[in-house]
Amino acid sequence: MITAEIWPTLDYSRVPYRFYHDDEIYGLEQERVFHGPVWSFLGLDAEIPKPGDFRATYVGATPVIFNRDHSGAVRAFVNRCAHRGALVRRELSGNAEQHICIYHQWCYSLDGTLTAIPFRRGIRGKGGLDASFDMRAHGLRQLRVGNIDGALFGTFDENAEPLEDYLGAPILAQLHRLFDRPVRVLGYNRQRIRGNWKLYAENTRDNYHASLLHEFLVTFGLDRSTQTGGVKMDPRHRHNITWAEAGSDTDDFAREAYSNARVRNDSLSLQEPALVAFRPERTDNLNIAITSVFPSAVFVQISNSLAVRQIRPRGVDEVEIFQTMLGYEDDPPEMTLHRLRQANLVGPAGLVSMEDGEAIEIVHRASKPDPDRTTVIELGGGGVISDRDYRVTDVPLRGFWSYYAELMDIEPAGAVR
Amino acid sequence: MTVEHAAVWELLADYGALIDMMKFDEWLDLFGAECRYQIMPREDLERGLPAALVLCDSRAMLDDRIRALREANKYNIHTDRHIIGLPRISNDGLAVEAPFAVYQTDQEGETRLFATGIYRDQLELAGARLKIRDKLILLDTFAIPSLLATPL
Repeated sequence: MITAEIWPTLDYSRVPYRFYHDDEIYGLEQERVFHGPVWSFLGLDAEIPKPGDFRATYVGATPVIFNRDHSGAVRAFVNRCAHRGALVRRELSGNAEQHICIYHQWCYSLDGTLTAIPFRRGIRGKGGLDASFDMRAHGLRQLRVGNIDGALFGTFDENAEPLEDYLGAPILAQLHRLFDRPVRVLGYNRQRIRGNWKLYAENTRDNYHASLLHEFLVTFGLDRSTQTGGVKMDPRHRHNITWAEAGSDTDDFAREAYSNARVRNDSLSLQEPALVAFRPERTDNLNIAITSVFPSAVFVQISNSLAVRQIRPRGVDEVEIFQTMLGYEDDPPEMTLHRLRQANLVGPAGLVSMEDGEAIEIVHRASKPDPDRTTVIELGGGGVISDRDYRVTDVPLRGFWSYYAELMDIEPAGAVR
Repeated sequence: MTVEHAAVWELLADYGALIDMMKFDEWLDLFGAECRYQIMPREDLERGLPAALVLCDSRAMLDDRIRALREANKYNIHTDRHIIGLPRISNDGLAVEAPFAVYQTDQEGETRLFATGIYRDQLELAGARLKIRDKLILLDTFAIPSLLATPL
């Protein structure tokens, strides 16, 4: 049983490796984090435009379906039959009038209500269910659904704060920015990493690694830590925006700053520079905006490639990163082509993202034998958790752990938040 | 003019072997001056969605991909082994479809199936040499194990 005693420091600058490897902790996370008072990203309005449209997804490790009912409302429920616990909907997406479990053909309507049970009264009065069986008490388990400009979130907790409050003003502003026009799904990709899901959640909040691990960023002049940028969190510090502005540094300044790092910085030119060319779409000039929403969503803008990533735990030792590539409905064909080319930057084969898979696997592998040893989270200093207007920092990781500790009921007295 | 099937077999054999030997310059030379190389998840292709895992729609982009692999990208240290199945070849010999499997072996000798799928190739004759004009790699294993760095 883990307790608040597990933390060596009160500012979460030391995290025991146990958190990445312990089966008991993984089980508790499903209950206290993913089924707790958090909002998890489900999918997009744009994926289910018509009544009856459905998609399968996950909240933590729990299979979930979301669909549009006949009133036009989005509903989400656990994809599990009340009878024997089978997956009700096996397809990943489609359109249907109802959801029917194949095992014994129990039927559920688009609002999750149990509507029909074959042989409910038996045959010729023999068998079937007792008359006292309450169909209304055996619907699919519902999630509350929230919607920010077409991005759909769900929560299992009836007492969870409203979605807008959960996200907080800076995160909400980023979502309004990304979804300021109707989006179009350009495709999906999946990456299965042999590592704990939290290593990925940390990775997306770690501004320090970006230009060191992902050398392509610096080598080909797409992004470097000398650009104006930083990290910005919600008031509770559970979410984070890693951001940078295009063209905000000079080559000479960058060359000097990187002279001590083992990173090439000779501005190698690409034969096809369109791959990294940033076309500003708004007045703010942000070319990197990576918005991590606790616990498992990441909204990504890298240059003109746009995506949402969902972190899907697959046991304590594996995680799937499910990524939905986005464009806008009103993108001219030429802009769509530009986004499809820049899709090369992200995903499991991404020129500036493939390394994350390797980084997480080597941490997971090397940390496993020593659960009581700890990781160091101290870039940008320890102590208070706050926004930074610089990039050599991993402060938002401590924000992640502080909210995680609160949800897991292992927050030590006097800990930072 | 039609192409002998043996020339197609030879091209496919070279294609897999050159990746497995990491002879990427010679591998690039199997492609035409104007070419396209795409790795598409089956999940997207079946839904008519255009995004690829890798899209190089010019020889320049394909060259850049290999240059990035050599000079910038970091990935799991491994060797690849391509097993390319018997191709179906059109009458003129220029449209080819072949199933493939790629196994990856790590430094400690453990092998796992990394990917399986189908190559859909459009070939062309450049003088006497057969080259790849358009290669679509339709990926069955679209839940990518770890990461995808070396070409399929």
